[in-house]
Amino acid sequence: MDNVIRRRTLGARLGRAMLYAVLLLAALFYLLPLAVMLITSVKPLAEITPGTLLSLPREPTLVPWVKAWGEACTGMRCEGIGVYFFNSIAIVVPAVLISTAIGALNGYALTKWRFKGSELLFALMLFGCFIPFQVVLLPMAQTLGWLGLSSSRAGLILVHVIFGIAFTTLFFRNFYVAVPTELVSAAKLDGAGFFRIFWRILLPVSAPIIVVSVIWQFTQIWNDFLFGVAFSAHNTQPVTVALNNLVNTSTGAREYNVDMAAAMIAALPTLIVYVLAGKYFVRGLTAGSVKG
Amino acid sequence: MAALEINNVCKDFGSEQVLKDVSLAIDSGEFLILVGPSGCGKSTLMNAIAGLEPVTSGEIRIAGESVTWQTPAERDIAMVFQSYALYPSMTVRQNISFGLEMRKVPKAEREAAVERVADLLQIGHLLERKPSQLSGGQRQRVAMGRALAREPKVYLFDEPLSNLDAKLRVDMRTEIKKLHQRLGTTIVYVTHDQIEAMTLADCIAVMRDGRILQLGSPDEVYNDPVDLFVAGFMGSPSMNFISATLVGGSGAYRLRVETPGEETLELPWPQERETPALGEKVGERVILGLRPEHFTEDDARLGEYAEGVALTPRITVVEPTGADILLQLKLGDGEATARVGPKCRVKAGERLTLRIDMGRAVMFDRETEKRLA
Repeated sequence: MDNVIRRRTLGARLGRAMLYAVLLLAALFYLLPLAVMLITSVKPLAEITPGTLLSLPREPTLVPWVKAWGEACTGMRCEGIGVYFFNSIAIVVPAVLISTAIGALNGYALTKWRFKGSELLFALMLFGCFIPFQVVLLPMAQTLGWLGLSSSRAGLILVHVIFGIAFTTLFFRNFYVAVPTELVSAAKLDGAGFFRIFWRILLPVSAPIIVVSVIWQFTQIWNDFLFGVAFSAHNTQPVTVALNNLVNTSTGAREYNVDMAAAMIAALPTLIVYVLAGKYFVRGLTAGSVKG
Repeated sequence: MAALEINNVCKDFGSEQVLKDVSLAIDSGEFLILVGPSGCGKSTLMNAIAGLEPVTSGEIRIAGESVTWQTPAERDIAMVFQSYALYPSMTVRQNISFGLEMRKVPKAEREAAVERVADLLQIGHLLERKPSQLSGGQRQRVAMGRALAREPKVYLFDEPLSNLDAKLRVDMRTEIKKLHQRLGTTIVYVTHDQIEAMTLADCIAVMRDGRILQLGSPDEVYNDPVDLFVAGFMGSPSMNFISATLVGGSGAYRLRVETPGEETLELPWPQERETPALGEKVGERVILGLRPEHFTEDDARLGEYAEGVALTPRITVVEPTGADILLQLKLGDGEATARVGPKCRVKAGERLTLRIDMGRAVMFDRETEKRLA
């Protein structure tokens, strides 16, 4: 039951049926690309060339997935995108954790230990959310060079952390602003210091916003292409760059099924994260907006 | 030695002065209440005592030691917050022992302190619960328990009862008073509720606009207010302020009260309450302050009223409260409230003979609003 009293006339019922029909069509339409990708990725190449996009595979096969993972050529090498998948994980995990941790500390300091100019500082940090990636490519390359981190994983992690801090700070700041400051006052009187209060009082109630921050950062960094292509070497490329290389490698016939399988592999982690933690994401985004 | 001493404390927020030269001192075991309307600076003063906000100038001493620049942790005080501020992720037990843990008290002693406090406040059965599983009154108890566990030199209570419903508030008020009598703790308590102030305090500081207007016992503040504001703030229903003209001379001052459409009254001012200031005010308009209970309709109580004066005003509204009846009556330019016994059968629109106890009346200057006599 949806707890609404509505008219029960024939016209009203028809209207409702129409509404659901339209919504259903729209949902199917949006699912179509995913369906096509999935279907294509399990068809043998022989079925793809003559067949239509939507026809179901007659002889489903996982060969394209195996090939995409371990054998497909990305540029000069032919070792699949599996290696790069792990590259991505090695970049994303530390970058997400570090940027979330720093964002949490920033948010805590900006709301519970206000200082002269803390609001201005926060406003300036927000600019970081609006800076287009392209603008910083050259200066960042220069900086990474100076730091000796060019083309390294650490360099990519650093770039993602710096870019992520603006967002994570925004998330945590807006979350902590709704946490009563009296809690912090009470802990101060109880004798706890800056980090102790953060660790014992604030962090245990931060689960919803940590989920938001982790999902957001994970998706952003995993899906990043520009930084990945600009600041990585062959052996440090993230999976998005490898996918691009795979699709653009033109030797022989185009293996659409392998392309699709590779794209699915590259997209899978963010999909899984959304499916597993999506409801916490929504919950965390709206946390604090309604009391209770 | 004073348990808490505040010397000439000032606090500015930007160009705004929130505390203006505040000084007070209380002895060990005293219950001080800071009372005043919102924005009077009472919470700021509380935060200054707690060390949550630095003062602009002046000094704060606890048990003789200057703590003006000590951190809250160093001051050995505990505070009960209006919102209780219980740590949401911890159980009641952890909440109560957190302060002890931070002060590196051994675990066995912490456990003992929790047990002692839980016994005292009857919250033993709640120790393993989280704050979100408690009712308002229970949270209030836990918040007090957290303060009591540490046995600090001074306790600060910041409007601790204002989030409770009316009945619970009265119960907890009594309980706080009992606790104070039993433990003999030094308490500074902020409230805007003048009844809480009257019932709990050994000493009341009435504040307004960042100043302490009057510092005294509940009896002094209620019966001998220094100015119009204190007189009006303390007491419910509040004191009646009646515009009057001072006539006569020393030994025979009278207050002439003119009520439109009624006979003009001349109320004799008791000789023993005369002050030298009255001499300059003869012939001028002053304000007469009468509390609702300074009126009576009961002849039997007349004996208590040494300076009784009779009048027969028209009653405009009758408000029974159960314990007694509040009457609105025409007196002077406006209306006054009188508190009479529950058996009074007068109806709105009728007249009733009342007597005024002039022996407890107070008089204020119209311009300065200061007490004249």
